[in-house]
Amino acid sequence: MPIKRADDFEVRREHLKNLTDEELEQRFWSLAEKIVDPLIELAKNNTTPSIERSVLLRMGFSSLEAKDIVNNTIDRGLMGKGAGHVVLKVSKQLNRDYREVGREMAQGLHWDLAVSIFKGGEK
Amino acid sequence: MDLNRNEKIDIDEILKDLEHYRPRRRGWHWREPIDNLKMGPFTFHDMSKPLKNSYGLPSSKYFGNIDPQPRPVITTEIASGRFEDDIRRMRMAAWHGADHIMVIRTAGQSHYDGLIEGTPQGIGGIPVTRKQVRAQRKALDMIEDEVGRPINYHSYVSGEAGPDIAVMFAEEGVNGAHQDPQYNVLYRNVNMVRSFVDAAEAKKIMVWADMAQIDGAHNANATARQAWKVMPELMVQHAINCMYSRKVGMNPKNICLSTVPPTAPPAPCLRLDLPYAVALRDFFHDYRMRAQMNTKYIESDTREATVTHVLNILTSVLTSADIQSTITPDEGRNVPWHYNNIAAVSTAKQAFAGMDGLMEMLELKKDGYLREKAREIKERAVLFMEEILEVGGYFKAVEEGFFVDSGYYPERNGDGIVRKIDGGIGAGTVYPRDKDYMAPVTAHFGYNNLPEGIVNPSNLIDGCTFEKPEKIVYIDELDEEDNVNVRLKESRKYWSKEHVKPEVEWAGDGYILQTMFLPVDDSTADVVAIEIGKKLGLVDVEVVHKNIMQDAEGTLVEIKGRIPFEIDATKLYIPPKPEVMSDDDIRADIERRPMKVVAATVGNDEHSVGLREIIDIKHGGIEKYGIECIYLGTSVPVEKLVDAAIEANADAILASTIISHDNIHYKNMKKIHELCIEKGIRDRIIIACGGTQVANDLAVEAGVDAGFGRGSKGVHVATFLVKKRRELEAKGLK
Repeated sequence: MPIKRADDFEVRREHLKNLTDEELEQRFWSLAEKIVDPLIELAKNNTTPSIERSVLLRMGFSSLEAKDIVNNTIDRGLMGKGAGHVVLKVSKQLNRDYREVGREMAQGLHWDLAVSIFKGGEK
Repeated sequence: MDLNRNEKIDIDEILKDLEHYRPRRRGWHWREPIDNLKMGPFTFHDMSKPLKNSYGLPSSKYFGNIDPQPRPVITTEIASGRFEDDIRRMRMAAWHGADHIMVIRTAGQSHYDGLIEGTPQGIGGIPVTRKQVRAQRKALDMIEDEVGRPINYHSYVSGEAGPDIAVMFAEEGVNGAHQDPQYNVLYRNVNMVRSFVDAAEAKKIMVWADMAQIDGAHNANATARQAWKVMPELMVQHAINCMYSRKVGMNPKNICLSTVPPTAPPAPCLRLDLPYAVALRDFFHDYRMRAQMNTKYIESDTREATVTHVLNILTSVLTSADIQSTITPDEGRNVPWHYNNIAAVSTAKQAFAGMDGLMEMLELKKDGYLREKAREIKERAVLFMEEILEVGGYFKAVEEGFFVDSGYYPERNGDGIVRKIDGGIGAGTVYPRDKDYMAPVTAHFGYNNLPEGIVNPSNLIDGCTFEKPEKIVYIDELDEEDNVNVRLKESRKYWSKEHVKPEVEWAGDGYILQTMFLPVDDSTADVVAIEIGKKLGLVDVEVVHKNIMQDAEGTLVEIKGRIPFEIDATKLYIPPKPEVMSDDDIRADIERRPMKVVAATVGNDEHSVGLREIIDIKHGGIEKYGIECIYLGTSVPVEKLVDAAIEANADAILASTIISHDNIHYKNMKKIHELCIEKGIRDRIIIACGGTQVANDLAVEAGVDAGFGRGSKGVHVATFLVKKRRELEAKGLK
């Protein structure tokens, strides 16, 4: 349960009350930065189904294809590689157009090959 | 396709070839300020470039039909559930001065994990899909050409499919979007880790598309029990989204704070809201302000809503607003009705015009209560952030219910929204990127292990959809029943004059509103009003508003209901609109050559009000154009009238008859006409007759030049006189 607390502003503000407006503003933004920095790090180093779908959309797949490719990527444990990356690698291996290959992957084809290329996934 | 102002926008034309449509521009458009803008008799100080086509406020006719456009972009929110009907609403709003069309999404879209395709009908909004976005952007391209100002199109990049939607928006030329991961966390219960990770990608895509971003902080106002107490928290929420966006690379000039004056009368709202508005603009001077109107305390009284909204604009004027959003005055009653979008836009336009130049005369005090209070709010916000870090950061703070607590921080009431780091929709769907993670596309955020020598990742695929829009895959419809083509089969007929029905949301919905005062108490009034609605033949009757005038003396009630019939307007006689010249054109013609008329009520007719309205300068009569009027009085014999015209060498005779029994009015007209022939002046004198029962065609049949019936104004008569005299001049008779 969240806490209840009376307004103790006068006590808490002791260290702020002598700051100039400029100093207060500076402090505000430096705190904001401290709060946000770990969140940004998290975003840099992680991915999600939505992000991977957005990559596939930009590669020229339909929203339906993107969804199916990402679901297969998750099932094969390949999310850490990037779904677009997986499609691209498989198509290179097959020496075919990546969009054709991706569409087939949306249908469930070529995933064993994908796993063997990256060796990172589990069947 | 060019629009014709007298023709409905053609939805079929918009839907045609949609698969090949490409947006013609990207990015947000700010209005272009003009200093010392001369319009009509005035010089404006805070206005922007005028429109090519628009409707001014109703009273603009007194000032040369000017329609000054304020500097802030003006937003209207559109949410009927059928995008095809919303397009018509957008056009109406644009003509009244909206240049930011915000499309509200259907209930539940935030929890749809992916893009919705096709054009299903929505609830309280529309399912935002590629086809719908493309159709509306295409329509807005036509509408912005028609009114003469770019229109910003906007919806939401949030929920579980934020990055998907951001890509689609970037591809389709959407100009702005709400994006704030905190909104997902607090109000949509999307897992917080997922929400922040998604947000960085979504924002990066928005940066590429040069979209304006609006945050979601204002929702704390609407959710907290005592809205004015969340002010310190609002600043924190704004700061988190601003800083997060900056770190992704967004230009602060595209980052807009969604801010609402938290309170409304009878609270002393300016005393509470203004220090907050000042504090916010002190800290966030690098960013843009999207000032929203208050909805928190609004129920069904549209008048009350409008007054609150005008006070909100006052706050915008006293501080600043880059975007002024508007709330329809009926939002407390129902999904906004289309004409209320126009009402809200007009409220903003009217208030800004009225307060033009205000801040050249006033300034906010530099000390005292305002600044002390602003400082206090800022310090409380700083303390809030200090405690977030003390407890271990943002996620911990959310787990401990820091946000949307109704206490005035550092006061805590223990009623904040609690979310768990491993809870919410989409929990467990965040995956660490491996060392060899790679994404071969433009505008991808974060770690990307590109092959050596590759700078732009999309080079790996010979360009992604951002460089090669021909790669975009367009899906038309997925549902054979729930789509626009099926709906249009039913609704298309209501755009024709053969099937006219009232509407407030959708073509043919049939809704009307009835206002009545009932001299009974409010409980009785409720029931009576519904019965009245039913007896009037309405169906689905509901009371939408009540206001007690006095417990025993009576109640004001408004009901809505649908009419079950339609009208075939093609079977009705629609009188042609009287021709009207502009005041300036009439005056110019009278200046060129003075005009003199003699006027009287003829026969035994003492009714002079109508004629005086046509003549008198103070009623907007023809004297105001400089036409000299010799008024002979009432019950004047026609002989005397004609003789007076000859004696004065008048250009025209104006005769008025109200009495119409036995067709005496037309008989008198005939008599005037014949007398003028007899006296040899008919070919060079103009004869115009008026009265409540006069019809133009019958008057002309009786031998005079024009008849003016009920509703005629001085300008109609003056227009006629000027045109007729030009005709005579052309024939050499004048």
